[in-house]
Amino acid sequence: MIKAILIFNNHGKPRLSKFYEHYTEDTEQQIIRETFHLVSKRDENVCNFLEGGILIGGSDNKLIYRHYATLYFVFCVDSSESELGILDLIQVFVETLDKCFENVCELDLIFHVDKVHYILGEMVMGGMVLETNMNEIITQVDAQNKLEKSETFIFQSPRQDR
Amino acid sequence: MSDVVEKTLTALPGLLSLDSQTGAGKLSSSTKLGNLIRSITELTSKHEEEKLIQRELAAIKEQVSSPNTTMRQMREAMVRSVYCEMLGYEADCSYIHAIKLAQQGTGLDKRVGYLAVSLFLNENHELLLLLVNTVLKDLQSTNLIEVCMALTVVSQMFPKDMIPAILPLVEDKLTHPKEMVRRKAVLALYKFSLVAPTQVQHIHRRFRKALCDKDPGVMAASLHIYLQMIKESPEGYRDLAGSFVTILRQVVGGKLPVEFNYHSVPAPWLQIQLLRILALLGKDDQSTSELMYDVLDESLRRAEINHNITYAILFECVKAIYTIHPRADLLEKAAKCIGNFVLSPKINLKYLGLKALTYVVQQDANLALQHQMTIIECLDHSDLIIKRETLELLFRITNTQNVRVIVEKMLGFLRGCQDDYTIIDLLAKVAELAEKYAPDNHWFIETMNCVLSLGGTLMPPDIPSNFLRLLAEGSDSEEDDRQLRMFAVNSYVSLLNTNPTNLPQQYLQVISWVLGEYSHLIDDLSASLVIDLLVRLLDQPGLTSDTRSWVLSAVAKLSAGGSGAVGSEGPGPVQRVAQQHSSSLDTQLRQQALELQLLSQDPELHARVLPRGASWAGLEVDSSLSFLDGFVSEALAKGAAPYKPPHQRQEELRQEKALSLEPYGLSLPLSLSSCSIADRHSPTLLSISSGLSGHSTELSHRAGSGSLRLDGVRRVWGKDGYLAQREGPEEPSVPQETSIPAPPLSPQEGGALSPPSAEPSKEERDKQQLASSLFQGLSSHNSTCLMGKPEAPASQRFRKKHTTLGSTSSSSGSSHSGRDPSNHFLYSALSEESPASPLMLTQSSRAPPIRTETNGTHTQEEMPVPPAANGVAEVDDPEAPPSVMTANELPAPGVARWSSLMGGMEVVPLCPQTPPPIDSAQSSGEEDVTPEPHRELRDCPLTSDPIPPELRDLPRSEVTPLSSDQRLCVSCCRVQREEALVLLLLLSGASGPALLDVSLELQCHPLKVASLRGNAVERLPAQGVSVCWYTLLMEEPHTHVMVSGSVTYREEAGHTHTLDISTKLSLADFLRPLPLSTEEYGRLWLSISQDVKQNLQLLHPDTDPLHSSLTLLRDKLHLHIVDIIGSEGILACQLLKGAVCLLHCRVHGGALAVWLRSAVAGLPDCLLYHCQRVLHEH
Repeated sequence: MIKAILIFNNHGKPRLSKFYEHYTEDTEQQIIRETFHLVSKRDENVCNFLEGGILIGGSDNKLIYRHYATLYFVFCVDSSESELGILDLIQVFVETLDKCFENVCELDLIFHVDKVHYILGEMVMGGMVLETNMNEIITQVDAQNKLEKSETFIFQSPRQDR
Repeated sequence: MSDVVEKTLTALPGLLSLDSQTGAGKLSSSTKLGNLIRSITELTSKHEEEKLIQRELAAIKEQVSSPNTTMRQMREAMVRSVYCEMLGYEADCSYIHAIKLAQQGTGLDKRVGYLAVSLFLNENHELLLLLVNTVLKDLQSTNLIEVCMALTVVSQMFPKDMIPAILPLVEDKLTHPKEMVRRKAVLALYKFSLVAPTQVQHIHRRFRKALCDKDPGVMAASLHIYLQMIKESPEGYRDLAGSFVTILRQVVGGKLPVEFNYHSVPAPWLQIQLLRILALLGKDDQSTSELMYDVLDESLRRAEINHNITYAILFECVKAIYTIHPRADLLEKAAKCIGNFVLSPKINLKYLGLKALTYVVQQDANLALQHQMTIIECLDHSDLIIKRETLELLFRITNTQNVRVIVEKMLGFLRGCQDDYTIIDLLAKVAELAEKYAPDNHWFIETMNCVLSLGGTLMPPDIPSNFLRLLAEGSDSEEDDRQLRMFAVNSYVSLLNTNPTNLPQQYLQVISWVLGEYSHLIDDLSASLVIDLLVRLLDQPGLTSDTRSWVLSAVAKLSAGGSGAVGSEGPGPVQRVAQQHSSSLDTQLRQQALELQLLSQDPELHARVLPRGASWAGLEVDSSLSFLDGFVSEALAKGAAPYKPPHQRQEELRQEKALSLEPYGLSLPLSLSSCSIADRHSPTLLSISSGLSGHSTELSHRAGSGSLRLDGVRRVWGKDGYLAQREGPEEPSVPQETSIPAPPLSPQEGGALSPPSAEPSKEERDKQQLASSLFQGLSSHNSTCLMGKPEAPASQRFRKKHTTLGSTSSSSGSSHSGRDPSNHFLYSALSEESPASPLMLTQSSRAPPIRTETNGTHTQEEMPVPPAANGVAEVDDPEAPPSVMTANELPAPGVARWSSLMGGMEVVPLCPQTPPPIDSAQSSGEEDVTPEPHRELRDCPLTSDPIPPELRDLPRSEVTPLSSDQRLCVSCCRVQREEALVLLLLLSGASGPALLDVSLELQCHPLKVASLRGNAVERLPAQGVSVCWYTLLMEEPHTHVMVSGSVTYREEAGHTHTLDISTKLSLADFLRPLPLSTEEYGRLWLSISQDVKQNLQLLHPDTDPLHSSLTLLRDKLHLHIVDIIGSEGILACQLLKGAVCLLHCRVHGGALAVWLRSAVAGLPDCLLYHCQRVLHEH
């Protein structure tokens, strides 16, 4: 199961945090800080797996992360997830973001936190991987975005009735 | 339609008000978030940020509580709150508004509302209750997106108590026409089963249906559930192995639609899930493993494309191959694969390779030998994670010969390590290795000193205490012990002589204890010198009062012989110290100081209180606390309640569930005498066994079965490690560099490596030397392993073939050959008849006439499923994927593929692993029915044996009636299966009219229900018997467990009745004999520590009392008599497949002195209670 998904930038500023297990607000912040501390220390040419943050749980949990330009994408998972599988899931996530925002950059994530959450919601549900196909994810998100249009439709039609 | 209109109308006011300020609102809101972010990035200090956010939150609060706020502004405020929360500031004022937004909003508002709720709240939050209604409404919505949103939020968090309220709705979604909804419903149900396993027990059957879903996505989602359930109890799902194999074969064979490909690898994540499931299923089960050999082989072969994700699949393959019952050729291929991982220049793969090596090395130590040079390079790798993983691997291959080198490497790593978690982990490992494999005393003490000094504040407390215990209890050889202690004393004296500072507190405590206890062993070391050293310690700043107290007691021990008496040359150091601390603020220190003062002045008293060199073992502990007898009798005379042992109290409490009206007894004697003598140690031997014996029970299981797995694997490496390889001309060589990776598919011969260069450089030679010392003594020799005996295979339960059902049997016959074209046709035929699911087919084809009755209380399952559940026109989504079709249409290509893919497995629900013995007249859709036994049962329900045939050979209790009324009689029988207790509840109908909807529910807490069958019967005919199985596990020992519940049923006339039932299960029902040899017993005895001793009554004190008592105990409590020697007897038993309990009995003065030991606290206590009762009652 995926325990948490964190995105933060090179300075440790959180850009997205999603926890699939309940922690108190303080613990969550501590986890983000600790994770950043652990991840940012790592060189570029080392492996993408990390074991043993004390906070997020014992030896069963590990951090799997990727570093893109200014952002770190970190998934905290337990032993029931495949390391390489998650690594590619991060890739799918980033590619999807890239497609949705057209050349995604850190600013997109800052100003559209909600949209990022929706995309993530189509990929991972309650800590379980739901969908790994980029096109399918985009289709689902688009279907939801159409709500906006339908809303304007509802908005217009009664006026025409009058 | 009206729904839409309604929604429109409710949305109207908000939208209209929005109209007036659309432009302005939008603009201002977008800049609000922008402003917030911009001003945050401009800030420099944390303090400023805090102030800014507080201001922002105040603004948000004002905005959200204002009645004039539009929905759009509300949404915007929510996003800002989300942002603040992410930065760690609680935006609790928005919580209620987020719920409101989800409740009242439509479309986008709802989406934002739900998102905010799922980010703000947790499942225990009280506000969440307000969301339940909204979720209920949305689950019933016709709008797909609303349904999806509700399912998502439900799987993120939902109040546990409210799950029953929405469970039926979510279950309904499993038959929803849209695959996305089905998929989310499956995951939501999975979440429920994690949160509240008891509430979803009845829908396990539905998970099977999800597994058979025609959409691969839904099937993939259901694998999450299966992975979890199989992890918990693989036995229950072995019958599904064939289906999983078929699915995997077809996925690997590319039978899925192309959309499922990722970098042209077919559904890699799905493959990974399946491989994990197969590994779990095939573990320790040869016949199941045999099913999957072919497909594993194929997966290995197909995963060739050089992409990250194929390595993920390969890795899972390798793990599966090494987990299941071994097969030589597969092992060889897997070993090669591991080689490719380890040698890969990609660091992620190297990491996984090391992980895989660590995993397999207990079974196949040779593999580590093959890669020894790589491992050594990894030891010096720049990546700490790789280094750590390598040490983990070395830890697994440690033995007496290489322990020095390996421990040295670990200590070296520890010295440079910063990460707390790693340090703690490694400290424990080094201590464990040192205790296990220490080659000599000197080394052991040195190593432990290193551990203690490196540990610092992170030291887990059990390391120093184990170390001291080891010193104190010693081994068999007295001379050895003396040596060990002298080494320790010498090393500490010389350490203290250097005047060290900054030693960790725990190290100081160990030092002072050892010096106090053993410095007298060394003749030329005067006590006053040691006292001086210790007193100097007390002057160190930063000494905790805990450590001070250790030092003081050491000084007290040493101060014998009047050395502390006030001599002519003024007060000695002891007196000074005592004086100094006698005014300490710490009461304990003060007490010790005063004691010290007295003791040091009175040598006689000192000799009595602290006899020098008295051995620990001889220390008599009055465990019966007889010195308190006077106190107790006094208290009793004053009217105090007599003491009862905990288990007795517990039982009495259970018996008097009602309010207790008795006044409380006097608690003082209770608490005094119930403090158990916890430190009755078990001596841990210094170096118990060499070789790769397991480090934990789990590991040792692995090691034990390792001997099995090695046959057929080539042994290319000699016993003596690297150097020995040069002897044989044909022997393979070692990799020189990691940069010479093996060609991916090169043959195994020669270890896939280049030959060693003729003249290795010096550096090379160093490495080789290191290698030979690291891998010494490492070969496939079998370590003796106490608990390592392979688990007796759980009772084999093969599928029974149904010969009576034509279509079923034909499909079950082809269940393993998914590509058989006939399967395809079979599937189409099936889908024509009942497209909803194959399961429904069984119902309809065998539905007896009673089904025509219509009753208001019909359960959910019986509701006729719409015949074309998958054929509903896709109104909502014009882009519906082609996989949705009506049953009669020609299948679209994707579907055809998929249906053929599923062809092999739709038999699953048709073939129960064992036919539950339920009357065939029942038309229950939940139970599969075997015809023969039932006919027999109906004729003479009570004369024939109601116990299902597969349980008849097992030991079981008598059938005892539990409860009955005029129409129904419930009786129970406890069948002792090796791994569980099967509680059979026999429901037998009286001769009246048939009973309907009989359902049984039991509260089994604290037992664990491993499986449950037959708890709901649609119809129980007159004189029919239905059997309900509860397979129960006891994980924590309890003397007794009350299991109670009720049976409800309905008469045909319509009255519903309830019958309460309850029964008491005793610990004895869960005990199983543990066959051990005396030798194994002896070793096990030493390794476990929880113990209890008591004298029990003997049987027949005149004629062979021991034998008859033990036989009685054996028969009543299912113990195994290991041996009887003279007046002593040893017995062993096991709590199901779990905790072991050992008994040692001795006839002593007309009583049976019983000594019980177990690794689990509480088990000896509970067992003792039963022994006592058995002997007493007889």
